[in-house]
Amino acid sequence: MTRTGAASRIAARFAALRREGRGALIPFLEAFDPDLETSTAILHGMPAAGADLIEIGMPFTDPMADGPIIQLAGQRGLKAGATLAGTLAMVRHFRETDDATPVILMGYLNPIVAYGPERFCTDAAAAGVDGLIAVDLPPEEADMLAPFAAVQGLDIIRLIAPTTDDARLPYVLEGSSGFIYYVSITGITGTRSASGADLAAAIPRLRRFSDLPIAIGFGVRTPSQAAEATSIGDAAVVASALIDTLAKSLDEHGRATPETAGLVLDQVRSLAAAVRGVRAAA
Amino acid sequence: MNKHFALQESGQAQVQAAGQNSLRQGPDDRGRFGIFGGRFVAETLMPLILQVEQAYDATKTDPAFQVELDGYLKNYVGRPSSLWFAERLTAHFGGAKIYFKREDLNHTGAHKINSCMGQILLARRMGKTRIIAETGAGQHGVATATVCALFGLPCTIYMGATDVERQKPNVFRMKLLGAEVRPVTAGSATLKDAMNEAMRDWVANVDDTYYLIGTAAGPHPYPEMVRNFQCVIGNEAKAQLLEAEGRLPDVAIASVGGGSNAIGLFHPFLDDASVRLIGVEAAGHGIDTDKHAASLARGKPGVLHGNMTYLLQDADGQIQEAHSISAGLDYPGIGPEHSWLHDTGRVEYVPIGDDEALEAFQLCCRVEGIIPALECAHALAHIAKIAPTMGPDQIILLNLSGRGDKDIFTVAAHIGQTL
Repeated sequence: MTRTGAASRIAARFAALRREGRGALIPFLEAFDPDLETSTAILHGMPAAGADLIEIGMPFTDPMADGPIIQLAGQRGLKAGATLAGTLAMVRHFRETDDATPVILMGYLNPIVAYGPERFCTDAAAAGVDGLIAVDLPPEEADMLAPFAAVQGLDIIRLIAPTTDDARLPYVLEGSSGFIYYVSITGITGTRSASGADLAAAIPRLRRFSDLPIAIGFGVRTPSQAAEATSIGDAAVVASALIDTLAKSLDEHGRATPETAGLVLDQVRSLAAAVRGVRAAA
Repeated sequence: MNKHFALQESGQAQVQAAGQNSLRQGPDDRGRFGIFGGRFVAETLMPLILQVEQAYDATKTDPAFQVELDGYLKNYVGRPSSLWFAERLTAHFGGAKIYFKREDLNHTGAHKINSCMGQILLARRMGKTRIIAETGAGQHGVATATVCALFGLPCTIYMGATDVERQKPNVFRMKLLGAEVRPVTAGSATLKDAMNEAMRDWVANVDDTYYLIGTAAGPHPYPEMVRNFQCVIGNEAKAQLLEAEGRLPDVAIASVGGGSNAIGLFHPFLDDASVRLIGVEAAGHGIDTDKHAASLARGKPGVLHGNMTYLLQDADGQIQEAHSISAGLDYPGIGPEHSWLHDTGRVEYVPIGDDEALEAFQLCCRVEGIIPALECAHALAHIAKIAPTMGPDQIILLNLSGRGDKDIFTVAAHIGQTL
């Protein structure tokens, strides 16, 4: 019944990395930011630059969990014509040359509701998407999406926050698959960072409840923070720092320059080098 | 066969007796009114939302809470607000008798304070020490700043930069009351963006902060809680009208933006089948233009600001800009209970445009000596359409939800006068 091909890309990648004894780098890009051609170039260049998994943001007018950097990325993407169908086409195109790197779509529920949750899951799986993160879909409301994702073998990756207490954790983890996305701060993206001590306390707590790999995001900006995150968790998600680089490379009209994709990919390379320099603890 | 039928009927009667057929039962335990409502927030906020729900539920069974609230409503807000027979307006239209429920006479000049007072008492019980809120026209911001001043709590109000510019008197009022007003430049810099920004603040300040939402929308339990705090409007009006006329109204009518004043009036009448309920949406330049705020007439169900409801959106689910001459109606969504009442047909929702509202605004000033908020002027404009078609023995009850002093600059600009 379940299509295992898609889900297994995430599991296979984490299993391979465990054998290598290191954590994963998950860089983020916003679809169509600042235009389709540039975001496609960044997406296609990411695996060679050291991305182990890739997270693609689906632009939305009202991204409530995002700070200014990702808000502006979404606005640029929408201005460039981003739609869910367009984002899925990017993934389909990417899969023509890369069948191994897991792709996770992250976004907000309303565009998915407008597309039709069942049709969206069908089309996403067919395009080669492996997992979905719907920021404003807590487990209480998961039945809007989860059954359709399960049929298509798409992982539903749940966010866990510092506010998610021990009583609530098992409920949130039930129905999670692929990996756990630990939101390391109480706050929005790209604003502040958790300390190593915070993470060292938080991650073992999660491990008591789940065997899934744990990715750490929100506030992971520098190579050393990425290295620290993968030494405590299993993956580091870097978003705002990359988009910041992209935004600074644009010309005065907000258009891509010849350097844009290269600068973002150079940063992915330095993050990857730091993550690869960490030997897994135990 | 007959016996079986009779049994079924008696079963139905029992269900009815238990109140199960009441339209006033919602929301369910998932915070849903039919398919609408719910709790669509990021995980970081979810434990807080549950905390608010738990604390609010505890107040429902605590008589001391209601006594405390009633005391503030009576002595600080000035409740009960009066019920006014608008005799000259009735004569002007030459049809149904028109009554105004005078929420404009409340302290701070609108119905918003009813819910602010309830929520600030809740926040205090929860031990929260900082209040945040969003505001569009500034009425909710002023009411929030007011109750924060009353209880000595620091207060941050998020307001779209566009609105800060067009509602300067209210910005100054909030500052006088000790609130910090943070202009929001993100997105379209209006009410929906102010709400996004307030939620971002809440996510970042989960320990000490209470988010005092201004309308009967947002994640559960806000739509239910704000509605219940606003039901004082309909409960009072019902009793006052029974005393004055010995009967219920034929029509109860209110303007609808997010919908807190309308749900406060409607809810106590939902099970009175003889009362026709009419909500008036802002049609701006017209519902067939791209400048209106008629979420029910032209929107589709979707998810924004924590709830599923009718939203103005494009085919890709991107939220569209709303437009209305009335900043209080200028929102691309609507409270979830209204979406449900719309789909079930219990409440009729009709659109009224900027020009019709402006005309009704001026008429009310001249004929009744009451400067109404532009929001209420929308409902008045619909009364102008229906009152003449009704008999002199029939009654229309309007929620005059706010006073229009805040709107005189907007109105002056539209009728070509400089102040």
